[in-house]
Amino acid sequence: MKFTRARGVGLLGIFIAIVLLFAVNNSLGNKITETSKIQSIWDFTSTIRIPDSAKMKEDPKAPPVAAIELPTMVTISLICGALILVGGVLIAKNPERGWVAPYMSSVIGFGFFSILLWAVANNSVDLSDTLSRVVRLGTPIAIGALAGIVCERSGVVNIGIEGMMLTAACFGYAAAAISARMIYGESLPENVVKGVVWLPLIIGIFGAILTGGMMAALHAWLSIRFKVDQVISGTVINIMAVGITGFTRTNFLLKFESPLRAGLPQMPLGPLADIPLIGPILFDHKPITYLMILMVIGLNFFLFRTVWGLRTRAIGEHPKAADTVGINVNRMRYRNVIIGGMIAGVAGAWFSLEGSFGFDDGMTNGQGFISLAAMIFGKWNPIGAFGGSLLFSSADALQLKVQAYNFDLPSQFMQMLPYVVTLIVLAGVIGRAKPPAASGKVYEK
Amino acid sequence: MTANVVPALEVRNITKQFPGVLANDHISFTLLPGEIHAFLGENGAGKSTLMNILYGLYDPDEGEILINGKLAKIKNPADAIGLGLGMVHQEYALVDTLTVTENIILGTELRKGPVLNAKEASQRVRELSEQYGLAVPPDAIVGDLPVGVQQRVEILKALYRNVNMLILDEPTAVLTPQEADDLFRVMRELADKGKALIFITHKLREVREVADRITVLRRGKVVGDADPKTASEGQLAALMVGRDVVLKVDKTAANPGDVVLKVRNLNLRDDRGLTVLDDVSIDVHAGEVLGIAGVQGNGQTELVEAITGLQALPSGSIELLGKDITNRPPRSITEQGVAYIPEDRKGTGLVLGYSIRDNLVLSTYYKPPFTKGLTFNDPAIDEHAKELIATFDVRTPSATTTAGSLSGGNQQKIIVAREFTRENRLLIASQPTRGIDVGSIEFIHNQIIKQRDAGLAVLLVSAELDEVLALADRVAVMYHGKIVGILPIAEATRERVGLLMAGIQEQANV
Amino acid sequence: MSNEQQAPAETKKNTELQPSKRRFGWLNEAIVPLLAILTAVLIGAVIVFVSIPGNKLPTFDPSIYGSRSDWFFSTLPERLRVTLSAFTGLFSGAFGDWTRPSTIPVAISNTLVESTPYILAGLAVAVTFKAGLFNVGAEGQLLMGALGSVAVAAFMPQWFGVASLPAIIHLPAALLAGVIAGALWGIIPGYLRAKTGAHEVITTIMLNYIALQVMDYLINGVMKDKSATLQRTPFIHENAALPRIISKATDPSLTGGQAYPRLITTTSSTWDLRIHMGIIIAFLMVGFIWWLMNRTPKGFEIKTVGENPEAARYAGMSITGTVVGAMGLSGALAGLAGTSQVIGLEYNLKAVFSSGLGFDSLAIALLAKSNPIAIVPAALFWGALRTGAGAMQVNTGISINLIQIIQALVIMFIAADQIVRWIYRIKQAEGGKITFNRSWGK
Repeated sequence: MKFTRARGVGLLGIFIAIVLLFAVNNSLGNKITETSKIQSIWDFTSTIRIPDSAKMKEDPKAPPVAAIELPTMVTISLICGALILVGGVLIAKNPERGWVAPYMSSVIGFGFFSILLWAVANNSVDLSDTLSRVVRLGTPIAIGALAGIVCERSGVVNIGIEGMMLTAACFGYAAAAISARMIYGESLPENVVKGVVWLPLIIGIFGAILTGGMMAALHAWLSIRFKVDQVISGTVINIMAVGITGFTRTNFLLKFESPLRAGLPQMPLGPLADIPLIGPILFDHKPITYLMILMVIGLNFFLFRTVWGLRTRAIGEHPKAADTVGINVNRMRYRNVIIGGMIAGVAGAWFSLEGSFGFDDGMTNGQGFISLAAMIFGKWNPIGAFGGSLLFSSADALQLKVQAYNFDLPSQFMQMLPYVVTLIVLAGVIGRAKPPAASGKVYEK
Repeated sequence: MTANVVPALEVRNITKQFPGVLANDHISFTLLPGEIHAFLGENGAGKSTLMNILYGLYDPDEGEILINGKLAKIKNPADAIGLGLGMVHQEYALVDTLTVTENIILGTELRKGPVLNAKEASQRVRELSEQYGLAVPPDAIVGDLPVGVQQRVEILKALYRNVNMLILDEPTAVLTPQEADDLFRVMRELADKGKALIFITHKLREVREVADRITVLRRGKVVGDADPKTASEGQLAALMVGRDVVLKVDKTAANPGDVVLKVRNLNLRDDRGLTVLDDVSIDVHAGEVLGIAGVQGNGQTELVEAITGLQALPSGSIELLGKDITNRPPRSITEQGVAYIPEDRKGTGLVLGYSIRDNLVLSTYYKPPFTKGLTFNDPAIDEHAKELIATFDVRTPSATTTAGSLSGGNQQKIIVAREFTRENRLLIASQPTRGIDVGSIEFIHNQIIKQRDAGLAVLLVSAELDEVLALADRVAVMYHGKIVGILPIAEATRERVGLLMAGIQEQANV
Repeated sequence: MSNEQQAPAETKKNTELQPSKRRFGWLNEAIVPLLAILTAVLIGAVIVFVSIPGNKLPTFDPSIYGSRSDWFFSTLPERLRVTLSAFTGLFSGAFGDWTRPSTIPVAISNTLVESTPYILAGLAVAVTFKAGLFNVGAEGQLLMGALGSVAVAAFMPQWFGVASLPAIIHLPAALLAGVIAGALWGIIPGYLRAKTGAHEVITTIMLNYIALQVMDYLINGVMKDKSATLQRTPFIHENAALPRIISKATDPSLTGGQAYPRLITTTSSTWDLRIHMGIIIAFLMVGFIWWLMNRTPKGFEIKTVGENPEAARYAGMSITGTVVGAMGLSGALAGLAGTSQVIGLEYNLKAVFSSGLGFDSLAIALLAKSNPIAIVPAALFWGALRTGAGAMQVNTGISINLIQIIQALVIMFIAADQIVRWIYRIKQAEGGKITFNRSWGK
């Protein structure tokens, strides 16, 4: 029997399911106490709540719309059993296509769900909040992936997205802090203390976009004008970003007193935000998250329905063909790489103005690289990359969520989850994903 | 055609120097509306350079170009198209992942603001394809189409831009003889509608069939004009090469021995699930050349790679001298006596950044005498290089020159030298003479026959039907991954093989 | 055809092999990197000049200076002085204050100590560059090497239920454990690259983060020194330590009761140096890698796979084997870097262990153009920069991050050497350009 990708993924899925099953069994078994009414591990229940956000505004103790009680062990066993079964089919049948990605996504998705159930055994979890976190934490990854798509679709590999995000986060924050000081002085006037200080925050976002664009311009200049290997050029961006932001932070930001105290605010979209489950997931976010959703849809339209999109796809796939019909390949690559950098800048703004307020060294934490994995997962399509981003961010959301519970798995293992998932997905999916043909290649006439 | 017709294109004294080569040396010619003007010349004669200058891809060092009697500055392809000059490149300038319509309109899109007007564009393409009798499916993805159809897309791309001059660079290289005939019909139709065509080729038969006028290039110079109605193939060949050439390879009849290579029931699908090899079975005997004819991309590459261990096989068996070598690693197959000239000289056959010396031990570096104990034995490697450079007449300043700085012919000689000097039982030669000069072609052909006469089994794969017919003792034809016929050389006429290449079996069997 | 005619122009030449150019070849090779460094340092100086922290300058007071630009101009001499002192600080930190000769041995020893992991990690990256791989994972491999060696060096006697093991067993075991742990951490991305096509840039970065978490888990868990307040492992056994070359005897109260070996024990503070046998191991490895890459079939395979994987496969070389082997070797070297830090220098493993060594080693390998011999000066330069940066920060209050900016600029100028050539009007030499397997897919 030949070892193929499908079989490997099947084997991995079965392995994960079995390990999970044993771990849960072990962990819950240890929690059985003589005094409680729980007699065996089969007695644990996990409750999943969908709160009624509209009513909770008046009464925080309002009953949830739904509270689904799941027998923890039964549910996890069923899930793992199903995963093992399908994994077995993959090994036995060795299907050539169409199985690997869905199976892997379900191993990861259901695996996460099982871990969540495990963590909340004999307890309850707010489902809307969990899923809303997935979207929130997926925002920088998705935006980063869009930045990657714009670059790579036009034939320039951009591993510098991490660096572009980091620099943008730093200078976006700096722009907001400094402009607030210039506008308001040492402290905010009474009338704006309570409200949102929009002007400096918007200046901050534009500052981040500009910074991302400038870093990207450097990447474009090195890789197009000087034909530097694009991986090296991206590495230059990444290292430079660490240096510049560290230098700026210790030399200026730490000493700088800004009157600004809070970042971008929560903006629930009126009655839409009150729809149970859907509302918190889609309509109760901060501005950049909404912007992300618009950008995903927008880029999908621009890439496949406009002249710019057609030309971009052409220069990334066969630049010579585009050149012979009069498209200036390198000029267009410059433009797209810079646009990509500006998009990465928006993701940077998320880190320092939306996700949290302030700038820390290395605060992007590898999300830029995870973005690239999401882009590959989505086969260089905006919608697919968005899906990949949610897959990765759910690891992060899960990790943060289970911190609130008395959970057996060491926190370090939960923290490495996003990186492990990225690794597995990359290894499992990539052979099927084909990058734009000219991606990474210098165009010379 | 009268004298007072203004030429659609006039070229005066075009000169282009590349480092080390004078690619075009004061070339002048005219192109009249409604004529098919053929440019004949062997590889490296400067045809493509000239056309790339016309098309704005290169800047000439000297000379001027007049279009419709007016001096024209062509800085880039957009200028050329603007002046009514279109080109169909040897390697199609088509984006595989886009649709036919998208490819055709790229660069001159129909738009509503920034948005593509896809519907109207596809309608325009349909009209155009009907007008010139060039059937294409407007919404198909180009990468899924056969080469012949892709070529039509290329021609439509030019016509869509309202060109009145069209350059066709080696358009028949990847076509079956029948597809080529169809192309000639289209060319004639275009010429009748007043378009001026430049037809570049090195195939003598084709120019005589379709051209109105022939210009012969050699070493960057125009060496003569000819009238296709009066000039003979021999005359044209002599003009093209600069000496009398023997068009036939000098060889005696084969003396086949035992079966060396036995291939049975190979099946293979590609990433997208399309059939690449369809139940392929062949035998190659010692002392014979089995030629595989077929249009490129019909499974020949995969067949050869399967035999040499470079392509994993899900089913089927390959035996070498009775020993099973299916799915064995390439090195073990090589060590059992298989020499292999790969089709991609620069990408596969050589490491261009390495010296000739290193390339000559690329497959034997780990064996004595080249490796002694743990380390290389430099004197042996140097000696080996010196010997082979002399024996195989590689023209190079030294053994430490990089392979990449040599001409195609000399590069191919390095590969031949390396492969032929092992202890071999089977020789696989894939496109052994593609894109090299006539001298090197003759040399390599003679070497292949010499190997056959020494008792090796030879499997020759070539897209050049003439090459297969000249060298082979038996001819197998591949079509869509299938061996559609095996003919002894005596029965392998150009017409029969051509029909088989197009997948038409019934008529061939008549 | 035109392709044929262009061929001579577009191909790269391999000057290494041409005897006539050999003699002064190294100078030609070195001039661009040297100028790249010079340019980067000059730009660094400009950054220092304009961004001197406020407390080193007179404060801007409108009543005295009138306008900000007046203030700026009046501070020029002071700025110049601080900039100069930044760089003299950098120098004396790295090579000692030459007006006080007693500072020299310690400074130079510190530079060499700092350079030791750079040499090994730089070699690690250079090996993968040769194979056409871009290993950003030296950091993680180094951490795993440190973990592996500290596990054996601190706990091995315990496993056998003895108080201590003889050095002849314990030291090699500790070295080997570090090498193997690093190699395994390199083999994972190598295997994924060869078998699935997952690009090593992303996988190695993911593995760096994973290694950090693994270390955090172990240091806070089974490997934690229960008696210590800091998050760290126990001190390693003295028999597993690499000897210092010349140093005072250890103070057992500071080292958990262990008396670590020295080749020469001194009582002089001037000669109380941290330099240890790790540097000798590093030099041996430089020799070994040079020999491997230039004199053996295995090295030939690595280079061929890097230059042209298609041709390598055709010539019967195993791509998977070579890629996995190169990554494993690379991981082993990085692991050795971590090992020598733990058993030669630190004697235990703390939660804050390595910082950015992965990216530093990329820079060093690029600076040395992947040439094993050239790794030594490149790593020494880097070590000096790092050692000196501390002194510079004390002297001028300029953030140590300045060094990272200079570092990025050096890589930039090395990679885009046309910029340097243009600035200094140097003609293009015939040099091989580094390229990698750039596509994400297989």
